Amino acid sequence: MSQTPSHIALSILSATPSAAPADALRILSAAEVQESRRQQGARAGQCTGPQRQWASLEELSEDGEFRAAVSREFPDLADRWDEDPVGRRRFLEIMGASLALAGVAGTAGCARQAPEKIVPYVKPPAGHTPGEAQYFATSMPLAGASLGLLVKSYDGRPIKIEGNPEHPDSLGATDAFAQAALLGLYDPDRSQIVLGAGAVSTWQAFNQALDAALKVEDARGGAGLRILTPAIDSPTLLGQLAAIQARYPQAGWCQYELAAAGLAQIGASLVVKDDEARTYYRLDDANIIVALDADFLHSGPGAVRYAREFAERRRAYSDRPLNRLYAIESTLTGTGAMADHRLALKPSRMPALVAALAHAVGVDLGTTGADAAGKLDKLETQWVTALAADLLANRGKSAVVVGPEQQPTVHAITHLMNERLGNVGATVHYVSADNGKSVSGIRALEGLAKELKDDTVGLLLILGGNPAYNAPANLEFAKLIEKAKFSAHLSLYEDETSAHCDWHLPAAHFLESWGDGRAVDGTLTTRQPLIAPLYEGKTEYELLAAMMRQPQRSNLDIVQQAWRERYQGSDFEGYWRKAIHDGLVADSAPAPYSPTPGDRNGLATADYFQEGVRVKAEADAKTSGAAVIELCLRLDPTIYDGRFANNGWLQELPKPLTKLTWDNAVLLSPATAKGLGLVNEQVVELEHGGRKIRGPVWILPGQADGCATVHLGYGRRAGGKVAKGAGFDAYPLWTSIEPAAPWTVFGVTIRPTADSHKLACTQTHSRMEGRHLARSAPLDEYQRDPAFAKAFSHGVTGGPQRDAHADGHGQDHPHDEPAHDALDHAHADEHGHDHAHPHAHAHADESLFPNWKYSGHAWGMSIDLGSCTGCNACVVACQAENNIPVVGKEQVINDREMHWIRIDRYWEGPEEAPDSTHFQPVACMHCEQAPCELVCPVAATVHSAEGLNDMVYNRCVGTRYCSNNCPYKVRRFNFLQFADETTPSLKLLNNPEVTVRSRGVMEKCTYCVQRIDAARIKETVDGRPLVDGALKTACQQACPAQAIVFGDLNDPNSEVSRRKALPLDYGLLTELNTRPRTSYLAQVRNPNPALEPQEPPA
Amino acid sequence: MTTPDKALVHSSAHGPAHSPDAPPPVLGPGHTLSTVTDKISEIVLTAPPPRSWYVGLAIAFSLVMVLFWAITVLLWRGVGIWGINVPVAWGFAIVNFVWWIGIGHAGTLISAILLLLRQSWRTSINRFAEAMTLFAVSCAGLFPLLHMGRPWFFYWMMPYPNTMGLWPQFRSPLVWDVFAVSTYATVSLLFWYVGLIPDLATLRDRSRHRIGRKIYGMLAMGWRGSALHWHRYETAYLLLAGLATPLVISVHTVVSFDFAVAQVPGWHTTIFPPYFVAGAIFSGFAMVVTLAVPLRSVYGLQDFITERHLDNMAKIMLATGWIVAYGYAMEAFLGWYSGSQPEQYVLWNRLTGPYRYQYWALLTCNIAVPQLMWSRTVRRTGWMLFIVAVLINVGMWQERYIIVVTSLHREFLPSSWGMYAGTRWDWALFIGTIGLFLALLFLFLRLLPMISIFEMRTLVEEEKHGRGAHANHGHKTNPPPDDIAAEGGTAS
Repeated sequence: MSQTPSHIALSILSATPSAAPADALRILSAAEVQESRRQQGARAGQCTGPQRQWASLEELSEDGEFRAAVSREFPDLADRWDEDPVGRRRFLEIMGASLALAGVAGTAGCARQAPEKIVPYVKPPAGHTPGEAQYFATSMPLAGASLGLLVKSYDGRPIKIEGNPEHPDSLGATDAFAQAALLGLYDPDRSQIVLGAGAVSTWQAFNQALDAALKVEDARGGAGLRILTPAIDSPTLLGQLAAIQARYPQAGWCQYELAAAGLAQIGASLVVKDDEARTYYRLDDANIIVALDADFLHSGPGAVRYAREFAERRRAYSDRPLNRLYAIESTLTGTGAMADHRLALKPSRMPALVAALAHAVGVDLGTTGADAAGKLDKLETQWVTALAADLLANRGKSAVVVGPEQQPTVHAITHLMNERLGNVGATVHYVSADNGKSVSGIRALEGLAKELKDDTVGLLLILGGNPAYNAPANLEFAKLIEKAKFSAHLSLYEDETSAHCDWHLPAAHFLESWGDGRAVDGTLTTRQPLIAPLYEGKTEYELLAAMMRQPQRSNLDIVQQAWRERYQGSDFEGYWRKAIHDGLVADSAPAPYSPTPGDRNGLATADYFQEGVRVKAEADAKTSGAAVIELCLRLDPTIYDGRFANNGWLQELPKPLTKLTWDNAVLLSPATAKGLGLVNEQVVELEHGGRKIRGPVWILPGQADGCATVHLGYGRRAGGKVAKGAGFDAYPLWTSIEPAAPWTVFGVTIRPTADSHKLACTQTHSRMEGRHLARSAPLDEYQRDPAFAKAFSHGVTGGPQRDAHADGHGQDHPHDEPAHDALDHAHADEHGHDHAHPHAHAHADESLFPNWKYSGHAWGMSIDLGSCTGCNACVVACQAENNIPVVGKEQVINDREMHWIRIDRYWEGPEEAPDSTHFQPVACMHCEQAPCELVCPVAATVHSAEGLNDMVYNRCVGTRYCSNNCPYKVRRFNFLQFADETTPSLKLLNNPEVTVRSRGVMEKCTYCVQRIDAARIKETVDGRPLVDGALKTACQQACPAQAIVFGDLNDPNSEVSRRKALPLDYGLLTELNTRPRTSYLAQVRNPNPALEPQEPPA
Repeated sequence: MTTPDKALVHSSAHGPAHSPDAPPPVLGPGHTLSTVTDKISEIVLTAPPPRSWYVGLAIAFSLVMVLFWAITVLLWRGVGIWGINVPVAWGFAIVNFVWWIGIGHAGTLISAILLLLRQSWRTSINRFAEAMTLFAVSCAGLFPLLHMGRPWFFYWMMPYPNTMGLWPQFRSPLVWDVFAVSTYATVSLLFWYVGLIPDLATLRDRSRHRIGRKIYGMLAMGWRGSALHWHRYETAYLLLAGLATPLVISVHTVVSFDFAVAQVPGWHTTIFPPYFVAGAIFSGFAMVVTLAVPLRSVYGLQDFITERHLDNMAKIMLATGWIVAYGYAMEAFLGWYSGSQPEQYVLWNRLTGPYRYQYWALLTCNIAVPQLMWSRTVRRTGWMLFIVAVLINVGMWQERYIIVVTSLHREFLPSSWGMYAGTRWDWALFIGTIGLFLALLFLFLRLLPMISIFEMRTLVEEEKHGRGAHANHGHKTNPPPDDIAAEGGTAS
């Protein structure tokens, strides 16, 4: 009820009356939005009545009272918070202390709130009940593709992002970035004001300046006009850019996107004529998948869909046969972790191996193929033989996937391989990427840099992106920007690039924008705003319209007009409304496309092997006496290329494999680190070509020996208070000099230093210690004994079985021993049969007392370890849904992270090179006999009538006994006041259906009890029983792999009941008789017998 | 000297002794009723406190300020200023709680159990041991309150009628703790106070200061030393002793349930109750020795707290030390014998894990060092026994640290393993409570008779009459009424 004024002003957009479509998705028509904007304008203009109105922060900041309030209030706060680093988490300190917002809170929020009347709607908006959530379809652009989303909105306030089930890239799920975009929207550090030469300015002033600059270009056909954009997938933007290029024929447009740095394009150009062919996959049709340094399950456009397709073929209990995944990669990724076979290979070996593989499957590479095959070592040869046999046996049903970081030759050979194997058109598809008349990639940026250096650029417009930070270091792009006579930068944050531009323009967040884009397969995708821009942000569309001297055109008008122009039919309004409502245009993906084979001579002469580079570097090293390694630079799994660096949720999200938060590190294999005498957290210096970076070492089993991996995106110098100070900047080694650049750098010298840097890791122990936690078995064992996972569930895990397993660390096959035992145990006990009954638990009949009967619902969850790729989407989804605070690096170091669901990651096999990686999502198990309930002195955690282990925050006095007694350690305690209750924009972020917890209170997974309650209310009101699957927990909904299933155990036909009835079902630590309601499906792997005896690679 | 020795030996639990190495007496030679009274009451009433008292109180008082500071910051900011985390959600607060409660065992044990067992040597140490108990329990009582996330709701642990219609959750050992500790504190306080009444009357009678007379007079509750008074006093004191005796056993048993009832590997053990009680007595006696040795030399009380006392206390420590050692052994054995991998791992982790130094220190302090007390020289030499006792105190603190921290930091799921270390606020609070304990003790020494005057007088009487039949008609605590009358006469 009592929201801050800013919220009421901003919520107009979605609260505007409209004729809503019949179903739950409601669209905002053009008229509606125009109306809302008009109203907003009117409100901002009128200053009558008791309520003090202000149009913008800058207007407010002119106010003397505001100034006084800031000086009066803020320094006190700052003093108090600076007192002790432990006192307030760093996040609060830096995010909540945003000066302007704290000032607003001081004047408008808490101190002297003007009296205001709350009146009901005269005409209530159709289809909208205040306090009831609505969902709107929109999309999130990232790296040249748009992920379809469905955003939950409460009274005009987006509070949760879900995937759009209709959208081909999403299929209802999301990745962690999309989940965290909500915090990006409400981030108080976002740029809020136009800055001209560093001083506060206005859009009007900018438009005047732009007009003057354009006049110069008008005269010379845009010879000095250059536009730099990230990868663009929006047809409307492409149209606008085409129009600009038509008007200024000499103008240049360059796309620079890390994820599309250009290696794939160069690779494609070696074998096909039209190099705009973009590849996408249909992995559910692939029996054999070979990932060549490709982390297709976790990163890149389409990852959400690929995870779904991949997971559909990883279910031994379904009727589709298991696929087999081979991963050949230099650093352990989520995809490598899911692989049945994984080969750790340093980058310099990759081209030879791929060429040999191509040769083996019959690609004609001339003499190169045979040469390459001859250069492989024994293990590599064995791999090539096994892979080739498997691929050839699955012609048209396999897929070779190559990562964007690979060298062009690897891309080229992969195209040829897929073609040769008949995969093109079956599992591998090409779509013509509509790039307009742009140049793109790292080479294109070199061209722009040269033009800037030559002083030929008069007007440089940077539409998003952060080239001053992430352009190749050798270009020294930051300085060059200043050479442009007029430069403007549109960005969500005032970042490194903004500092070098004449104008900084605040960008509208995608949740504040109209727009469009394309899915990976080319499906036309729409974007609509969920909220009016919180600050003065504008979209790229509006800025490009301003370039065309139409600064007054609205975002909606531009997009809608472009759609109208492209529309061929008669009922545009209906078409538009449906597209906005659905979030996409169905069947708009372009037809399958086969690129014309090109002249392959280029491939023959291409530099296949980086051997020469490597050998030379090692020779140099011998003379200099330093150790030399190969360096892989990679996009960060949580903050991407640095654009999400100010997002606390993503900063604190444990990286899938290293489990590090708040930092990047120099990842080294155990053997390499040992050889160099390095230990974790020791700072090393990496040097190449006179450029140096310094960062802490983190030892990652599974990393290829002799190579280091560093994630980009850290070490920000600007762009928000969270971003600054986290990690180290690796971009100094990101160059465009060498052929393998920018992703791979050969001949990097590594020097230890005496410094160390503390890293915040959420899981410091990665061995199961012989405890059967994340259970898995190869397919043949599963076929022998489908209930193998249950064997470890009864009683103590002791005796010879455990010892054998514990000793197995040093052996090749730690699986063997439990496998045999599993067989024996399965015959010895009857438990396997109990699970056919939906109510059964592993130890249901071990009590003297009858089981409690749940008359209504009995909620339960099943998590399929075979599907879970450890992608972290569930973790952020849970954080967004349940108002889980960020605690900051210091608190993570002290093991106080608050995530309700965590993904445990275990390694099996030798320390140096683990045989397998296991992911196990762990949240509250909602034990039937919960150890936490017994020990709470005040009954703050109790069992509900539907079997939930409820946490009553109001009753909790914080003894933390429940946490001690929880064997799963899923309870999270508010050791300090972690929840930010002061920053106004972050208040808007909170889900109103979930309590914000105060200091001193225990919290944990609730099975999203607010969703259960909503479903129960709906069930009662409608008088119809709940349909299975209609109620989803946040983690389940976000999961791309559909690993998590939640539902009613009392319904024998529910998906969760059926999963729990499978022989693969087992509970974690059931020997404690906790009888958890969340159970797991053991993983079934599908190894190739031909490769089995030789692993692991030495 | 030989006669009273024999009498005392005869009266002790050891039965008739014919050893040539007779134990030293419980009261120094040459004391009369007046000298005892003078000696003890002058510390309170006339003699200026020794310089060391001022120094000690100053140090203790500054530590109390540290305590207040630590508590203020804690309440202001929350328990996050401590080192606790998930998995180790309990840390110093619980370690200190258990440690102080353990120390608080000796007083009541000496007063009640040794009274019931008719150990006359208890007389000269029971008063300050009881005071020590009260102060230790006060320190202990702070921790469960402060360690709560929201300490202002501590009263939700009590069963009281409320609008929420909620009672505590009686299955939780923390609720049992509330009752056990508060009952123990109440009975200990009553026991101590009742035992003080005759001496308060003596102070009232001897005090030359008007205000002193008034205060001691009020506290003496009209004690006139009549036979009726003595009769009622005896009855009440015996009843309270009877009440306190089971509490000595129960309080640490219940404290041990905090751990034993939980299913944390390393906690979930049936050996815990007896092993905790033995450990508590062990540490309690160690603390009595730690205090008694400096006291007797500073105040010249070697005649009252004799080598005999040190010897007896050392023997008790030796005996309980062995029970504790047995507890460790059984804990380890059962961990292994359970066949439960996490339980076995706890044992292994204690021996070789990151907290191994603390574990080995604990074994050294609590098992190896006490073996020195097999030597009579160590038992009867003040400074030697003092060192042993201090080390036992350190060892017992380590024991609680090991139990709380090493069990939690690596339990069932290796993914959730973590490390724990106290922060400066943890230490400030711990040291602060030591300051509080010492400050209260210094005030007690100054304001109340640290040794029971009237009970010491009975020892004089016994010594004077030197009867061997003493053991037969029991230990009489009331001196002849005429002595009291004489005392009253001199004072007035």
